[in-house]
Amino acid sequence: MTLCDLSLAEARDGLRRRDFTSTDITTDCLDAIAALNPKLNAFVTVTAERALEQAAQADRRLAAGETAPLLGVPLAIKDLFCTEGVRTTAGSRILGPFVPPYESTVTANLLRDGAVFLGKTNMDEFAMGSSNMTSAYGPVVNPWTRHGDNAQLVPGGSSGGSSAAVAARLAPGATATDTGGSIRQPASFCGIAGIKPTYGRCSRWGIVAFASSLDQAGPMGRTVRDCAIMLASMAGHDPKDSTSADIPVPDFEAACGRGVKGLRIGVPREYRSDGMSPEIEAMWQHGLAWLREQGATLVDVSLPHTKYALATYYIVAPAEASSNLARYDGVRFGLRQDGSDLQELYENTRAAGFGAEVRRRVLIGTYVLSAGYYDAYYLRAQKLRALILRDFTEAFEKVDALVTPTAPTAAFAMGEKMDDPVTMYLNDVFTVPANMAGIPGLSVPAGLDSAGLPLGLQVLGKPFDEETVFAVGAAIERAAAFATLPSLRAGVAL
Amino acid sequence: MALDPATVRRIAKLARIRVTDEEVTRLQTELSGILGWIEQLNEVDVSGVAPLAGVSHQRLPMREDVVNDGGKADAILANAPARVDHFFTVPKVVE
Amino acid sequence: MSYMLEGRTGSWEIVVGLEVHAQVISKAKLFSGAATAFGAEPNSQVSFVDAAFPGMLPVINRECVAQAVRTGLGLAAEINLESRFDRKNYFYADLPAGYQISQYQMPVVGRGSIEIVLEDGSTRHIGVTRLHLEQDAGKSFHDRDPVLSYIDLNRSGVALMEIVSEPDIRSPEEAGAYLRKLRSILRYLGTCDGNMDEGSMRADVNVSVRKTGEPFRTRCEVKNVNSIRFVMHAIEAEARRQIDVWEEGGEVEQETRLYDPGRGITRSMRSKEHAHDYRYFPDPDLLPLVLDPAWVEELRSALPELPDAKRARFIREYAIPAYDAGVLTVDQAVADYFETIAKGRDARLASNWVTGNLFAAMNETGRSIENPPVSAAHLGQLLDLIADGTINGRIAKDVFEAMVETGDAPAAIVESRGLRQVTDTGAIDTAIAQVLAANADKVAEYKSGKDKLFGFFIGQAMKATGGKANPAAVNEALRRALS
Ligand SMILES: [Mg+2]
Ligand SMILES: [Zn+2]
Repeated sequence: MTLCDLSLAEARDGLRRRDFTSTDITTDCLDAIAALNPKLNAFVTVTAERALEQAAQADRRLAAGETAPLLGVPLAIKDLFCTEGVRTTAGSRILGPFVPPYESTVTANLLRDGAVFLGKTNMDEFAMGSSNMTSAYGPVVNPWTRHGDNAQLVPGGSSGGSSAAVAARLAPGATATDTGGSIRQPASFCGIAGIKPTYGRCSRWGIVAFASSLDQAGPMGRTVRDCAIMLASMAGHDPKDSTSADIPVPDFEAACGRGVKGLRIGVPREYRSDGMSPEIEAMWQHGLAWLREQGATLVDVSLPHTKYALATYYIVAPAEASSNLARYDGVRFGLRQDGSDLQELYENTRAAGFGAEVRRRVLIGTYVLSAGYYDAYYLRAQKLRALILRDFTEAFEKVDALVTPTAPTAAFAMGEKMDDPVTMYLNDVFTVPANMAGIPGLSVPAGLDSAGLPLGLQVLGKPFDEETVFAVGAAIERAAAFATLPSLRAGVAL
Repeated sequence: MALDPATVRRIAKLARIRVTDEEVTRLQTELSGILGWIEQLNEVDVSGVAPLAGVSHQRLPMREDVVNDGGKADAILANAPARVDHFFTVPKVVE
Repeated sequence: MSYMLEGRTGSWEIVVGLEVHAQVISKAKLFSGAATAFGAEPNSQVSFVDAAFPGMLPVINRECVAQAVRTGLGLAAEINLESRFDRKNYFYADLPAGYQISQYQMPVVGRGSIEIVLEDGSTRHIGVTRLHLEQDAGKSFHDRDPVLSYIDLNRSGVALMEIVSEPDIRSPEEAGAYLRKLRSILRYLGTCDGNMDEGSMRADVNVSVRKTGEPFRTRCEVKNVNSIRFVMHAIEAEARRQIDVWEEGGEVEQETRLYDPGRGITRSMRSKEHAHDYRYFPDPDLLPLVLDPAWVEELRSALPELPDAKRARFIREYAIPAYDAGVLTVDQAVADYFETIAKGRDARLASNWVTGNLFAAMNETGRSIENPPVSAAHLGQLLDLIADGTINGRIAKDVFEAMVETGDAPAAIVESRGLRQVTDTGAIDTAIAQVLAANADKVAEYKSGKDKLFGFFIGQAMKATGGKANPAAVNEALRRALS
């Protein structure tokens, strides 16, 4: 047994009891990273020295009897969060040499609460992708494999480095971000939990922007409770982000134990698409049955515009991205490719610095905002967004939470779904609506498919009602008793 | 909506991304595919619906008129790919 | 008579609209806490927000919003209680984010109007279409290196008000009057210092020409003209160019041009060659700007008296000519100076002294009304010395000059230089007797009917008293002596 096997809550409590030191657990994590990262490629940057310094500092504080919510707990940080003095790439070549002179609000909050940072995790470039295949730093390998098949699977994306790191027990928790499902889908693919909180719950300040009206940071952990603990530290009002909510952060951890007795759980009928695999359907039914057994009432609800959410997303997100990524121009930071004049410098820098998927989305976004097309695309998408939000608002008048599958499939193999972009986009069909509406969504491992791969269920809640989401997620987690471990993980001989 | 090569080149120019001839051909297919898939949105009657730009529940917060930033030219220039003294530099621009 | 330009094919009317970028007076920038002061070391007033570093977000400065609202109120314009910030997307070396945060669809201020007074005394109303808040860009220096442009982002993110006029302007004179009036209002309000040399007020000039009665023809935008005189020249130069194009059978193309003051011409702007497609959309980092109506009322009630109102009041209260009232109210400090000395005194005399001697002294000494060559208190004392007969008007001019030179109070100068008016009839009679004795021939001519010589005797008598004699007393004594 290595300390890497501890959940975040267990690690936190063990540190408080002084059963072991932060240096002990940090060292175990760093050893596991050293052993497994060459295979998983979950980390782009490992900050071993810094981590050990932070751990030593935490140990001094623990020895002095100090307490802080995450004092001494090692975490992995998605490489989309700017970290002061530590290279931040956003998975892109264009930011390659960039070292932020500032710390994102979310990571600063975690440091304030005593966390130790192990390093920066790999991700789809600028968080655009659902497989981690778009990273400029190579794909991340899912620590899970199918029964009797050694094909390397994708960890999902864009937070695939964070999900693989947590699943393989290289870190008890990791930060992530979710613009269209980038926390929930990789959590589902890697058999861990992850929550995208309500838009505005976590500050976006210092997080490399993809689509500003959709981006939201959240935690990934092996348990729902671990996510609750982390989110309590990450969240909070930030005057530096005009869209940050000035709403108190409740005790999320306590909410995990509330149970679901008396809750009304909505089952959106439109999610039951014709093409849904029987395994996913079966897992969904199991999940609903567990909730009913624990005292919840199931309610059939309709979200008629939800099927348009994905296509709407592929207007809104690229439009915002095309503008947000204009700052990567080779002038003030990051990569520069020279040219004979400034325009050529821009064009060369951005052609060399952005990968294929980013270029595609920037071009789509440029197109839908351009003269003559704005109304047909962007304006129409905004109206659809209003309708999607209205569907949820009406549904939440009847129910306390919604439960759906997280993703339409289990993890797929590298190279699959790469033929045309739309096939890949369909991965996010169940997760995108929550981003469009700004509501919280959590993925919790609920079972295995016939190939032995994890499948997740998604819990959606009312704006700023993450507590109910945690309560429902924890109830599913208890019933599922998901205990299977991935083949690649800390402490297991390769 | 199928994009012609001239449109692909025009938007690539607007987005300041250099594209080769082969890329134009590939992008034409890919972007047309995506835009064609997006056309499903035309099924929806959106008349009378107010557009929604974001989902924040906040009122726009305002900062006070206080100088509490700046004075860090070195940090601003620390990541610059090219600079002279405390200026960023680019190939000469003719106005 | 309306202003027309003569071409080969007849006369042409010019149509001008102005877009003025006025730098908001605020300590910090529109969306960051960096300072706005002019002339700082390169990139020393730059936050990571202004340099568009990854993950940086804008937070709006309340005072900049207040300044825009004040300006809107000062232009008698509609204040939009809900407005919005949009991104204007384009690539440029001194635009770090690749977009400018501006207000495109829903500006904070809607329609207003500015009254201008022309040289012939006539007035016109020029419509203001809108006023919106936006960020300034950084500054590029193209002249410091043969192959490089240098970029300084100190201005990047400074708040600007873009004030757009209707195409109501019909002559260079009207454009000048509009800009002077707008600048005057902005300075009264304290929302922009109007300093065109430092670039805190710049004008984009939209010019087209047409034959009388025609609809508008294609316009060209002459960008960033930085003095009122240049705006007036640029309008004429650009209108002449367009007339030539039309008259040669050509077609004026809509484009962005630059005014070259050295050569007195406009030329096409190379960097703006590509057709622009700004892809405006609502900035997702900012929410709609919703103003509390009570706050707007608070700002309204705190507005100062503005030039038009002040001018009307001066005409009414001080009974001075409309032209003088206009001159005195262009600048609030001049108006205050005038009121300080006019109160309880001869206001017409006060007006003449301010617009005449004081302005002349300011020109000569290069001093401003904020640091005047003669203080309002001293000039008031001088007027009092004239009024109570201590000095006469002629001597007052000498005393004023001495005040400019020494900064001393007028009474002290009068005393130390012995400039008191001579009213002692004995002394005057003696002086007159001397003058008449020395000019016996002229006395004879006068007595034979050459009345005009009376003035000559007055002059000689004044000279003999060193100019200090009371002119009325001299007049009377002379008449007596010659009768
Ligand atoms: Mg303009
Ligand atoms: Zn402007």
